[in-house]
Amino acid sequence: MTLLRHTPKEITERKALAINPAKTCQPIGAMYAALGIHGCLPHSHGSQGCCAYHRSTLTRHYKEPISAATSSFTEGASVFGGQANLLQAANNIFSVYEPEVIAVHTTCLSETIGDDLKQIITKARKDGKIPEGKEMLGASTPSYVGSHVTGFSNMVKSMVSTFAKNTNERNGKVNIIPGWVEPADMEEVKRIAAMMGVDITLFPDTSGVLNGPLSGEYRMFPEGGVTIEELKDSGNAIGTMALGEWCSADAARWLDSNCKVPCTVLDMPFGLKATDRFVDTLRVIAGTSVPDSLAHERGQLVDMISDMHQYTFGKKVAIWGDPDQLISMCEFLVSMDMWPVHVVTGTPGKRFEARIREITKDLPFDINVKAGGDMFLLHQWIKNEPVDLLIGNSYGKYIARDEDTPLIRWGFPILDRVGHQYFPTLGYKGGLRLLEKMLNAILDRKDRDDPEETFELVL
Amino acid sequence: MATKNKLVQWDPVDIKEEMLKKYPPKVARKRAKQILINEAEGSETPEIAANVRTVPGIITMRGCTYAGCKGVIMGPTRDIVNITHGPIGCGFYSWLTRRNQTDASDPEAENYMTYSFSTDMQDEDIIFGGEKKLEAAIEEAYELFHPKGICVFATCPVGLIGDDIHAVAAKMSKKYEDCNIFAFSCEGYKGVSQSAGHHIANNQVFKYLVGENEKPVKGDYKINLLGEYNIGGDGFEIDRILNKCGITNVATFSGNSTYDQFASAQHADLSCVMCHRSINYVADMLETKYGIPWIKVNFIGAEATAKSLRKIGQYFEDKELMDRIEAVIAEEMPDVEAMREEVLPHTSGKTAMLFVGGSRAHHYQELFGEMGMKTISAGYEFAHRDDYEGREVIPNLKVDADSRNIEEIEVSPDEALYRPRKTDEQTQALEAAGFRFKEYDGMLPDMDHRTIIVDDLNQYEAEKLVEIMQPDIFCAGIKEKYSIQKLGVPMKQLHSYDSGGPYAGFRGAINFYKEIDRLVTSKVWSYMKAPWQENPELSATYVWE
Repeated sequence: MTLLRHTPKEITERKALAINPAKTCQPIGAMYAALGIHGCLPHSHGSQGCCAYHRSTLTRHYKEPISAATSSFTEGASVFGGQANLLQAANNIFSVYEPEVIAVHTTCLSETIGDDLKQIITKARKDGKIPEGKEMLGASTPSYVGSHVTGFSNMVKSMVSTFAKNTNERNGKVNIIPGWVEPADMEEVKRIAAMMGVDITLFPDTSGVLNGPLSGEYRMFPEGGVTIEELKDSGNAIGTMALGEWCSADAARWLDSNCKVPCTVLDMPFGLKATDRFVDTLRVIAGTSVPDSLAHERGQLVDMISDMHQYTFGKKVAIWGDPDQLISMCEFLVSMDMWPVHVVTGTPGKRFEARIREITKDLPFDINVKAGGDMFLLHQWIKNEPVDLLIGNSYGKYIARDEDTPLIRWGFPILDRVGHQYFPTLGYKGGLRLLEKMLNAILDRKDRDDPEETFELVL
Repeated sequence: MATKNKLVQWDPVDIKEEMLKKYPPKVARKRAKQILINEAEGSETPEIAANVRTVPGIITMRGCTYAGCKGVIMGPTRDIVNITHGPIGCGFYSWLTRRNQTDASDPEAENYMTYSFSTDMQDEDIIFGGEKKLEAAIEEAYELFHPKGICVFATCPVGLIGDDIHAVAAKMSKKYEDCNIFAFSCEGYKGVSQSAGHHIANNQVFKYLVGENEKPVKGDYKINLLGEYNIGGDGFEIDRILNKCGITNVATFSGNSTYDQFASAQHADLSCVMCHRSINYVADMLETKYGIPWIKVNFIGAEATAKSLRKIGQYFEDKELMDRIEAVIAEEMPDVEAMREEVLPHTSGKTAMLFVGGSRAHHYQELFGEMGMKTISAGYEFAHRDDYEGREVIPNLKVDADSRNIEEIEVSPDEALYRPRKTDEQTQALEAAGFRFKEYDGMLPDMDHRTIIVDDLNQYEAEKLVEIMQPDIFCAGIKEKYSIQKLGVPMKQLHSYDSGGPYAGFRGAINFYKEIDRLVTSKVWSYMKAPWQENPELSATYVWE
């Protein structure tokens, strides 16, 4: 029996019912971003369930403790406004957990009743609920607009709009906003910058926060994360690189227009070409040269692509996830002559569809692409045009099993495999890992399916 | 082990004080009422504050009303299309994350549990109202799937903008006569925890489903199993045992359930309540409306399972059934005993802490007890006072602002279907023989004198308790798992069982013994320090040598 037995091959238009979403709501993105600030306790201004759901999902994805507080709205707060709850929460949090900073995000509940975070935070400061030297920032993240990606972007924007100042002392550093990537990917950005000798401010930075060691000690606020001082100083940088239009561009543009820090918006550096553009842009902005060691890594990736081209050529792929990741991944697939035939993001935005069509325009056929789509539609597309490989989050395992198609877990959330915390898929090294994963999936399938007489030792 | 020394050094009164020390005075006062030293007041029945609001800013384990309603109670219903009316998040997070298993292996069986349905409300729906979109979503769901039932769940903004989901459901139910459509006002902000959501869900199930199927159910000994959610296959194991005993389980609320099971529940002759917290009121309603008596059972723990089966046998007053139950127990127990003997040398004398749910923090003490392990502290996440202190406190429970907005439905005997299962004389005779109907004494009487009981334990207090008392194992949920394990203490999830289970019944007991044995004897915790951290000297030889 199939697991998704009610999904028909025939596609009918749906206007109101979302089935098996390829997105979730804004607040979880804000929570993830806030965890990338050093000493920060994220705070969910809403009813308890939001915070519980986000913490559970992030915990399952990272297998790490995720601390976050909530305003614990009851019916009274929902009627009279949540100001009293948030003021009380601030007082309790600074007393009990002693974070450096509280990053508040709203929910559909507090947005619908019209709570004004800016006003409440100002009042909290005035009323002495925020101790000397401590900080509180807020981001408006209504769940009924955009997606989890929008929430991430809004919190990152709030990081700069709350703290960044241009004090007319250029610090020689480059701001890099990595977007919603894994802690391991953030670490990889820092490694690449260090190889190139570029001093960067990376924010948010969840490396060292969400991939911690087991040592017998629990630290609610681990070493990692961008500091408030660094965020303040981001207004003095020589430039900002925003990796991903959807995740990072708003913050970078804010810095550009308010602090005169020139911004460049790039695709996330997944795959060969996007990484090339990232490295080349960083080189130009920082006025440095690319070391041989990095060119060497690039060469290794090109080497594996060419070595294994016979197995990637013409392979059909269905892929779902978030816009910034999908754009780079589709480009990577196309660069290896793989065919992303079905592409779905739950995040709305027609620009996404246009960009994917542009990337895939030289394919021998038209592809299916939808922004604001869902995995029910994706599955229907797959039923009509089967693929060789699925790339996306853990929810794809139900399609993978029903359609007997290999799945590579990449994206959010990954609830049933590990590795994403520790091994980057970003950059050239990350590209090697992505390619290794794809080849393993393709070749394992070949080994499983080849008849005895053509089963081969050497591939 | 250092554990025991630490324990001796601390008096529970000091521990409580230590837990409260860091709180602002107002919070400390409130929390003090939710932390109880068992029987501390001498002969007085100790009273604990429970089912009260969590203080804003305190990192609670609790979730919301929607989670209790859509996630817990209706989550395991496989042949009902459950549509979340709201922005996408709530429907997303409650999608396949609760490990309630279902058996839909019949080729004809419907199974929507692998799906998430949502109206994915956008800002224009919040501004102009979402009723039209909900109506269209129900239409689309009906046209695609033609299910027997469609349920609608309200999320926070729905109540605030005033969408009348019940009117929409009624209208659509009329339009599609072969589909039972009803709604739940389970906005997340109602109540103080998941518990309110359980109540809202159960009320609607009782109103809209129970009694719908008139077709008689065959079986000599027919029961309902209330408050069993088939996490990790618990319900499968209980059903296996019941089947073996010749007992017919008409309806499980709501693990591995189908629409027809709920609709046929009135045909049972006894309701057996597992999770008292989430469903005791349904047992009451089934009795009032249909005349079905109820008893508290517990299938967590081999001894508890045997006891519960005997209780069912005693209720039916049938020698054949009682003999069969004894035969089943006699057949199952040797394997359980063999495994128990195997783990006892490793587990005996070890300590556990349980902070979970509305019944599990109590039920699982049975299993730990069978392994010779002591529960040194426990508490519920969302239970009420009666789950701690016993049902006799129910008449005295205060109705506060948060419980007042949860509907209490009035039930009266059904004119056609009310049928007392026992005569007054039979009931009295059973009671005279020590049989207890609708009784639950709660967690406290089963816990040692001066044990620390904490309601709605939070992250800070959990860390304190573990640091001070150093249990050998800590049990709670996913959000607590890794902060506890970072301290080097193994943590077992008792909501989702990590990926284990079943732990109910006889085979479940065997699984649990093995699992706890693995956890408390595991060598992985010994790797935390590197050799150079344990012995930081530069050389093992002395300089003068």
